[in-house]
Amino acid sequence: MNGTSSEPLVRFIDVRKSYDGKVDAVRGLNLEVANGEFLTLLGPSGSGKTTTLTMLAGFEQPSAGRIFVGAEDITNVAVEKRGIGMVFQNYALFPNMTVGENIGFPLKVRRLPTAEIADKVTRALAMVRLEGLADRRPQQLSGGQQQRVAVARALVFEPRLVLLDEPLGALDRQLREQMQYELKHLHARLGITMIYVTHDQVEAMTMSDRVAVFNAGRLCQVAEPRLLYEQPDSLFVAQFLGESNTLPGTVRQRHGGQCSVALANGAGVIATTVGVGDKVNVAIRPEKVAVGPAAATCVNRYPAKVIEISFLGDQLRVRLAALGREDFIVKFANAPDQVMLAPGNPVEIGWRAEDCRALGE
Amino acid sequence: MRSGSRHAAYWLVVLPAVLMLVLLYFVPLGNVLLTSVTDPKPGLQNYGLLFTSASVQRSLLTTLRIAAITTAVALLLGYGVAYAMRAASTRTQRLMLVLVLLPFWISILVRSFAWIALLGTQGPVNSALVAWGLVDEPVSLVRNETGVLIGMIHVMVPYAVLTLYANMRGIDVGLVAAARSLGASRFQAFRLVFLPLTAPGLIGAGMLVFILSLGFYITPALLGGGKVLMIAEYVAVQINDTLRWGLGTMLAATLMIAVLGTLWALSRVVDVKRLFGT
Repeated sequence: MNGTSSEPLVRFIDVRKSYDGKVDAVRGLNLEVANGEFLTLLGPSGSGKTTTLTMLAGFEQPSAGRIFVGAEDITNVAVEKRGIGMVFQNYALFPNMTVGENIGFPLKVRRLPTAEIADKVTRALAMVRLEGLADRRPQQLSGGQQQRVAVARALVFEPRLVLLDEPLGALDRQLREQMQYELKHLHARLGITMIYVTHDQVEAMTMSDRVAVFNAGRLCQVAEPRLLYEQPDSLFVAQFLGESNTLPGTVRQRHGGQCSVALANGAGVIATTVGVGDKVNVAIRPEKVAVGPAAATCVNRYPAKVIEISFLGDQLRVRLAALGREDFIVKFANAPDQVMLAPGNPVEIGWRAEDCRALGE
Repeated sequence: MRSGSRHAAYWLVVLPAVLMLVLLYFVPLGNVLLTSVTDPKPGLQNYGLLFTSASVQRSLLTTLRIAAITTAVALLLGYGVAYAMRAASTRTQRLMLVLVLLPFWISILVRSFAWIALLGTQGPVNSALVAWGLVDEPVSLVRNETGVLIGMIHVMVPYAVLTLYANMRGIDVGLVAAARSLGASRFQAFRLVFLPLTAPGLIGAGMLVFILSLGFYITPALLGGGKVLMIAEYVAVQINDTLRWGLGTMLAATLMIAVLGTLWALSRVVDVKRLFGT
C-alpha cells in the first residue's frame, strides 16, 4: 500500500440528511477517511450507510453539514464534477455499449484522444483479468465478469476515491469470496482510497482497514475490525458484529477501568467499564468463556448446566443454563484437550474482566 | 385423448370469432384484391397506374409526406411528454396518463370540427395571433396541408407517448446516475446513454404512428378542405363518386402491401412483438 498520509481525504462534518423533513436518514455524522484507506460502512438496511455514500457521490444533497474531499468543499459540487468512481450493486453497465465502450465511457466524456482511451481501456481490462473481452456486450458476460467491468470502469479515469455500493451482493458465495480478495488486492496495488458499503459483517471484517458501523441513521463506532470486535462501545455493535451474550444489570461500584455489576438474578460480574450510565448490559463473547477447569483462574465464575451441544466441525457451540437464563452460549475450538460435555452435565464457566464489557443503554 | 377433447373445446370457444373474421374480413379482403386485378378487365393495368397516373402519384406522395411529417413531430412532442412522465412522481404520472388518454374519449369527427373552429380565419388562434401582433392578418391554418398536419399530429401524439413511455419505464434510472458519476454532464448522459436506450421505443412509436397515418381518412378530408387528397380519401372518391372500383381497390391493396412490407422490413431489424408489448 502507498503511504497512508495523516491528512484525511474525506471529511463529513455534522452531516444530516432527511428525505421527508421529519425523519433523519443520517444525523450528526462526523467521519474522516484517510488517504489510501479501505473503509467499510456497515449496518442493517435503513441504517444510513447507503445515504452517506449517496451524499458523497453527489446523488443526494445533505440537509445540513459539509462534505470535504481533500481541501475542497464538495457539498454543492455536481455529481460529474466530483471525480469519484462508483461501483453499483446492480453493476449499472450500459447495455447499448460494448465492454470496451463501457470502460472507455468516463474517458470519452472527458474528451480524451481516441488512441489514449483505447490504451487505457486495454490496461484496465488487463487489471481486472478480462483481456480480449472488449468487444462483448455486458449481457454476454457472467455476473462476476460484469462486476469486474464495473470496477474497471470506476478505476479507469484514476479517481482519487472509489465508492462501492454492496458490489458483491448479487454474486454467489464462492464468487463473492474471490471478488473480495481481488478487490482487496486492487486496493493494495493501486493505493486508492475505497469506501465500501455492505450489510455483511464478515465481508466488512475481512476487507477493511477500518469499519464504520451505522444504526438508525447514526454512526455508532468506527475502528479497525479487530478493535471493533474486541472492544465494542455499544450494545448494538456488540450484537451486530459476531455473537454476544448480553446480561442486563446495574453498576454498583467503579474502580479504575473496571466496575462491578449486579445482574438481574442477583449475581455479580466484574466488567470493563464503557460509558457512564448505571443501567448496563454486560456483553461477553461466546469464545471468551472458559469451561470446566480452565474457568478456575477467572475473576468471574458461575455454575452452569449444559442444555444443548452443536457440533460445527472446527468448533463446538454449547447452550447453557447459567445466571438465571437458558440461552447462554459458549463456543470453543474442537481441540485435542477439549472438555467432554453432555446435555444435563453441571459445569463451571468463567471469564476475565478484560473480556466482558459493561455497555450503557 | 383428453388433451385432444380439451383442445376441441377451446376451438369451439374461438369458433364464432374465427367465423366472423373469415366472413367479414378475409372474404371481403380477398374480394378487394381480386377486384384490383379484374376490374374493369383482367390484368395488372390498375397497378400500372402507379407508374403512369400523375394524380395517383401526387396522392401517394402527399400521403407519404404528411405521414412522415406527422411521425416526426408526434415523436418529438411525444418524447418530451413521455420523458417528463417518467421523471414525475407516481401521482403526477397517473394524472398525466389520464390526460394523455383523454382525447381517445372524443370522436375524431368532433375533434376535427373543433380544430376547424379553432384554426379558422375568425377562430381564437388567429384572433390571438393578430391581437399579439405576431401576424398582420389571419393566416390560413386550416383547409390546407397545415390543418391536416395539426389535426393528425394531435391524434397521433398519444400513440407516440404511450409507446415511448412503455419503453422508457423499462430503462434503469441507475444507468443515467452511473453515467453522471462517471463524469458525464446531464446532456452527455442523455445523448450517450438514455437516448440510445430509447431507440427501440422510437422505432416502435415511429412505425405505429407512420402506419396509422398512412390510412387517415376523416381528419384530412375535413381539415384539408378537399384540397389535400391523401390515399384513403382518394380511394373513397374512386369508390363513391367515379365508381372506378379497380383503381380504388388497387390503391387499397397497395396501401396494405406497403404497411405489411414495412412491418416485415422492421421485423428484420427489431423484435416487433416486444415493440408493441405483446
